[in-house]
Amino acid sequence: MTLARPFRALPAATPQILTFALVLFANWLVFPDFFDLRLQDGRLFGSLIDVLNRGAPVAILAIGMTLVIATKGVDLSVGAVMAIAGAVAATLAADGHSLPVIVLAALAVGLACGLWNGILVAVLDIQPIIATLILMVTGRGIAQLVTEGQIVTFTHEGLIAVAGASLLGLPMPVVIAFALAGLAAALVRFTALGLLIEAIGINRTAATYAGVDSRSVLIAAYAVSGLGAAVAGLIAASDIRGADANNAGLWLELDAILAVVVGGTSLFGGRFSILLSLVGAFVIQAMNTGILLSGYPPEMNLIVKATVIVLILIVQSPAASRMKTFLRPPESRR
Amino acid sequence: MASDAPLLGLYGLTKTFPGVKALDGVDFSLKAGEVHALLGENGAGKSTLIKVLTGVHSRDGGEIRLDGVPIHPRDAADAQRHGIGTVYQEVNLLPNLTVAENLSMGREPTRFGFTDRRAMRRHAAALLGAYGLGSVDPESTLGEHSVAVQQIVAIARAVDLSGKVLILDEPTASLDASEVRVLFDVVRSLKARGIGIIFVTHFLDQVFAIADRATVLRNGRLVGTRATADLDRLSLVEMMLGRELKDETLKRHRTQRAAAEPFATFEGYGRRAYVQPFDLAIRPGEVVGVAGLLGSGRTETAKLIFGVKEADSGRAIVDGKPVRIASPRTAAALGFGFCPEDRKTEGIVGDLSVRENIILALQARRGWLKPLSGPETRAIADKFVKLLDIRTTDAEKPIRLLSGGNQQKALLARWLATEPRFLILDEPTRGIDVGAHAEIIRLIERLCDDGLALLVVSSEIEEIVAYADRVVVMRDRTQTGVIEGDGVTVEGIVRAIAAEHAARHGEVAS
Repeated sequence: MTLARPFRALPAATPQILTFALVLFANWLVFPDFFDLRLQDGRLFGSLIDVLNRGAPVAILAIGMTLVIATKGVDLSVGAVMAIAGAVAATLAADGHSLPVIVLAALAVGLACGLWNGILVAVLDIQPIIATLILMVTGRGIAQLVTEGQIVTFTHEGLIAVAGASLLGLPMPVVIAFALAGLAAALVRFTALGLLIEAIGINRTAATYAGVDSRSVLIAAYAVSGLGAAVAGLIAASDIRGADANNAGLWLELDAILAVVVGGTSLFGGRFSILLSLVGAFVIQAMNTGILLSGYPPEMNLIVKATVIVLILIVQSPAASRMKTFLRPPESRR
Repeated sequence: MASDAPLLGLYGLTKTFPGVKALDGVDFSLKAGEVHALLGENGAGKSTLIKVLTGVHSRDGGEIRLDGVPIHPRDAADAQRHGIGTVYQEVNLLPNLTVAENLSMGREPTRFGFTDRRAMRRHAAALLGAYGLGSVDPESTLGEHSVAVQQIVAIARAVDLSGKVLILDEPTASLDASEVRVLFDVVRSLKARGIGIIFVTHFLDQVFAIADRATVLRNGRLVGTRATADLDRLSLVEMMLGRELKDETLKRHRTQRAAAEPFATFEGYGRRAYVQPFDLAIRPGEVVGVAGLLGSGRTETAKLIFGVKEADSGRAIVDGKPVRIASPRTAAALGFGFCPEDRKTEGIVGDLSVRENIILALQARRGWLKPLSGPETRAIADKFVKLLDIRTTDAEKPIRLLSGGNQQKALLARWLATEPRFLILDEPTRGIDVGAHAEIIRLIERLCDDGLALLVVSSEIEEIVAYADRVVVMRDRTQTGVIEGDGVTVEGIVRAIAAEHAARHGEVAS
């Protein structure tokens, strides 16, 4: 059944797929060329590719965020961790280190941040929102310390390729996002990690009484989130060929949380789907892109985004499901 | 009773939650100027009754009449408007505000649109004086005062707001004897003012000290209502814990087996402010029953043994080797299993399927890197669904949709799948319908005959008699006695529990 879960999830995924299709359709209405794709120098260009490319960092953040939220937690620090990882990468790049060294250092920093969050939550039993708020605030300070308050720029070919290169016609960030999502989905579904995460998220006491090592599982979830933030940070730094400790990944933790919620994972923990969170991330990006393309002022972006999110949340809310029960013919009610 | 119409009457009150009938046609009446004790073990339906009465839950059936008029309280505020006020065990006032602010919260007197602090203070001082708390400064912060004073402030507020019916939900649980006396003086004066008081408690002494009548609930049903003057301690304990059944029909007829080597031994095992140190030997093929009233430390004993809390005194020996049981995980690794009392919050993982719930403990023991394959988990689940006759349409159904009895069987299956050597069952038959009840008792006997060691905590004395070889009697978080052999009868156990209370009577009663 561990294997069959993704397939069983398909009918349940209908609202997300539908939303995505709807947003794409709206984009096509305001911008008829939206679905046009061009192949140039072995690389695909077009608005759809832009959506995937721009959405990749949030999609990557959403992978770890899904696991954390499934444990009934939340990770507010991912944006700040992106900034730290980006600062470390940019500084090392400016010093001329090789790409493997840069990537490993950034990942190690992200892992350390994730472990810190995990230990605060799992061992010290601090509420996740507060525990991760600590790093959300201090993280940018740490990033500034790393860059010594400057915006560090670099011309490191290897690091620039992380966001700039392409594979099989797709921009590298898209490839990385899909690869990581596939990897994470396999990790949780081909091992028992997914089941244990869901059990903890739904009822941590019961899971602990059943002998589940809740602490380790919780720490692992936050560690994955930290690693994902490091990768997103690498992409962001590579994209602008520099590290901006103040603005890298700013507010992206909120987009990541939205992506997970739009993907149908409840903030109350429990059942989750990494692939649907990915869809959620691209829904958000498609809205962003659509508003830019339509020529509306970008300020509209936030309002439209908020409206769509509110609608999705209303549809998913307990009150709405009560309403559905109420509207059903009485004999089928339980 | 027919002579004077009740102030409050509940008729055929019914409330069903998924999987459990919390209230089943319960009748209850309260007269003006009466203190009416509401008694019952956990899950008997006391709190559901109160929540229905105060509008927290909506009822599925039955009628509530106040002064003869049917009422439908929608929420706590609405119940208050009708005249029904509640004070809970944990004072739910705001300790960081002043006493006066707490007393007028939500209906502050105003003057020119601003809070009239002087009127507020006057009102508070008058109220406090009426409750014998004239020495309390209305401007002092509520949190500075003892729990007893806070409790009385809460009562003053509730009566001030509602004024007809006062519900006291275990108000004495965190008070000492002299504070209880002060509280009871307040209750008596309210009684004299003609207020009807529903008093929920599990201290029998207090029932006899203050209540005019007592109503006992069990498994959501009404056992009976009696005037406390016509009631003695023994019959009250009997009402709460057991039907008057003949021991002969229930007693297990087991051939005397040679005393096996203990699987696990606990010596002076205890934890401060949790359970007093106790000695206990667990042998394969033996059922040890744990009896006592609510709050006697029976659940704590079970949790301490399973490592939910770590012991800070004594030692545990398993298979002849000393062990440290620091967590449920270590206990499970030693071959222990534990079905907790509160199935919903500590047992089932509600949104997971029956299958996933059954394999959870086994999977947890294997670790996340060694997942059971899909076919394996299905085979295990199907095996136990059939073996224990778990009634569900299929194993993929979320477990929360099952009835209480079937959830309990699934939890037993969760541990049986790990092939345990020692099972701890805390109230295994609570909130379970009669059919499943008998099945679970038969299952316990079968497991025991298969050589499993069992520790069963139960408030159903006749049940303990049915399967236990030895019975540990608990009181005040202390193991006060062990009953063995022919002494294991309903009467023997009820007497042991009631006797402890009789001995204690002098300490608390005012």
